[in-house]
Amino acid sequence: MANLKELSKAPERVTGGHRLCAGCGAGIVARQALIAIGNTPVVVTSATGCLEVSTTVFPYTSWKNSFFHSAFENLAATCCGIETAYKSLKAQGKIKENIRFIAFGGDGGTYDIGFQSLSGAMERGHRMLYICYNNEAYMNTGIQRSGATPRGAHTTTAPAGKVRQGKEQNRKDLTQIMVAHNIAYVAQTYVGNWNDFITKVQKALAVDGPSFINILTPCRLGWNYKPEDTMVLARLAVETCVWPSYEVENGVYKINVMPKEKKPVTEFLKHQGRFKHLFKPENINILESIQKSVDEKWEILQRKALSGCKV
Amino acid sequence: MIETVYPKGKLVAKTGNEVMAEAMRQIEPDVVAAYPITPATEILQIFSQFVADGVVKSEYIPVESEHSAMSATIAASAAGARAMTGTSSQGLCFMWEMLYIASGLRLPIVMAEVNRAISAPLNIHGDQSDTMGARDSGWIQIYSENSQEAYDNMIQATRIAEKAKIPVLVTTDGFIISHCMEVVELYPDADVKAFVGEYKPERYLLDTKKPYTLGSIDLQDYYFEHRFQLAEAMRNAKNVILDVAKDFEKSFGRKYDLCEEYMLSDAEIAIVIIGSTAGTAKVVVQELREKGIKAGLLKIRAYRPFPVEQVTKGLKHIKAVAVMDRADSCSGAFAPLYSDVVSSLYATGVTSLKVVNYIYGLGGREINIRHISDVYETLIKIATGSEKPSSQVRYINVREK
Repeated sequence: MANLKELSKAPERVTGGHRLCAGCGAGIVARQALIAIGNTPVVVTSATGCLEVSTTVFPYTSWKNSFFHSAFENLAATCCGIETAYKSLKAQGKIKENIRFIAFGGDGGTYDIGFQSLSGAMERGHRMLYICYNNEAYMNTGIQRSGATPRGAHTTTAPAGKVRQGKEQNRKDLTQIMVAHNIAYVAQTYVGNWNDFITKVQKALAVDGPSFINILTPCRLGWNYKPEDTMVLARLAVETCVWPSYEVENGVYKINVMPKEKKPVTEFLKHQGRFKHLFKPENINILESIQKSVDEKWEILQRKALSGCKV
Repeated sequence: MIETVYPKGKLVAKTGNEVMAEAMRQIEPDVVAAYPITPATEILQIFSQFVADGVVKSEYIPVESEHSAMSATIAASAAGARAMTGTSSQGLCFMWEMLYIASGLRLPIVMAEVNRAISAPLNIHGDQSDTMGARDSGWIQIYSENSQEAYDNMIQATRIAEKAKIPVLVTTDGFIISHCMEVVELYPDADVKAFVGEYKPERYLLDTKKPYTLGSIDLQDYYFEHRFQLAEAMRNAKNVILDVAKDFEKSFGRKYDLCEEYMLSDAEIAIVIIGSTAGTAKVVVQELREKGIKAGLLKIRAYRPFPVEQVTKGLKHIKAVAVMDRADSCSGAFAPLYSDVVSSLYATGVTSLKVVNYIYGLGGREINIRHISDVYETLIKIATGSEKPSSQVRYINVREK
């Protein structure tokens, strides 16, 4: 549980004036993650993507800490290179202080093109926190389908058309894949609950090894909604159990935000232009199958959390 | 048990891979990240053993791909570490995107590269297609004729990279040098360490007192200047290489330059060549000299930056020259070294000599004294006017039909 009074004293390390869209969740993710770390020095790395291009337009930068970007598909390898340099220089006595390492990647850079790099770095056990700001498509290049795009969503490469109704496949469950790497801390969270996210970042950074947070980050442009609704939408994703907030700490599951009343998935879908076509009468079967899939997954997650057993 | 300390001037029998690993041990970089690939695997295996035995203070990252190897090496270098890697062929191809980023960010990385053919068809043997493909990536490229040169080049590369702020790759020919045992003089650890010196980066990510952003998006206003600065640094790197070579000669007694001229000053016919085949060609030159034929050789050591002035100076008096490429650019025109040599000559106003292009040894195909003698015989005919120099690329020891 994060303490707001203490957090208010933490330095702001991501300054305003960046070029992210109004209502973009990624800026909120970056700012809150760095508030969570308090005064500890941090080196931030990022994959090519919205967050990186919007915060580092040369000769300006939004980052008060050291920030590094090199390419798209190599974020985890990049972060691990810096962490290893730190390990080496620290062992030689050339660096005295404790420095932490955070990697920010979008879902395209994490689920898809950077997946191998991520898996390798997690397996090798580098002490780094990888945060996937997951807006469920390639937003920087203009809303293309990714492995994180949910079924039925309209994207520019899996569009809704006369014979196809958006993405036909379910998304990959990357959080579970990270759990399968047997790392000490894996969590799912969402923009719009600072306490949940910041607590998770603090837990993740306390781990002496790799940790992973998958944060659902609404994209105003790609999801097609009003900029002021970013938080509302992310909360609806949790309340409908489309995107549960949970953590797996040393193999033990815990649901962190239990919806008071589980809302139907349409409550989440109906505010977003990307799902508009699903509300045509002929697509009722798709809505039903989305609901069914969410129900099944929620049931499995609850069972895992209730059992208290290690995976 | 790995022997680690050499008295001054100790002669040992070692392979190219072994001496490259030895140089890495003596340089003792802070971070090495690499992925196995034939014929370079051994370098990293040996180095991993040094790490496992506590012989070096280096951290070794056994990454899951060459792309990650280059990415982690770049990041470690940006973080403030002296960082190295090694690879070959497909591995270098897989690094391709990151090669440009390493040089674009001006990171002084050193790579031990073992030249090998590129797929398809799959082939693990030596030719220079891999590094020739990376010739525009902004890396300094230094080629070795034998294991001694590979060892010496690795030691010089660290200083060159850190002074020029450009990454350097040092190559050996796959199997011919990498796996061939030769007599090599290894220098004492302390002398190598003193020569290489301590790495003191000006600006680095782990400097928490001076945090900075590296790897920004760089648009119309600045990108061109940054690329210009890299190109300018590459031009200036010729002097860096020469300065380091001078110091190296003072410390270890071996003389290096951008190119090596072999019986060239009074020659009438000459071969321009890179790598281990220079050694074979030198034998042919000696034989021809014994017969009174004025044959010579120009070996390119630093291919990037390309030594335009030295090549022109070395060749301008020659009547007929054969440029021998161990790579084919499949351009429909000429191979890489030929294009560089001819444009250097033409741009500096040297147009009197006849220059022909040969491609040889792809995929490890045999190249021997007889083949090279044939080239010199053709050059004699061209020099005396009995054969016209065709503009067609000639292939050595290949079944054309």
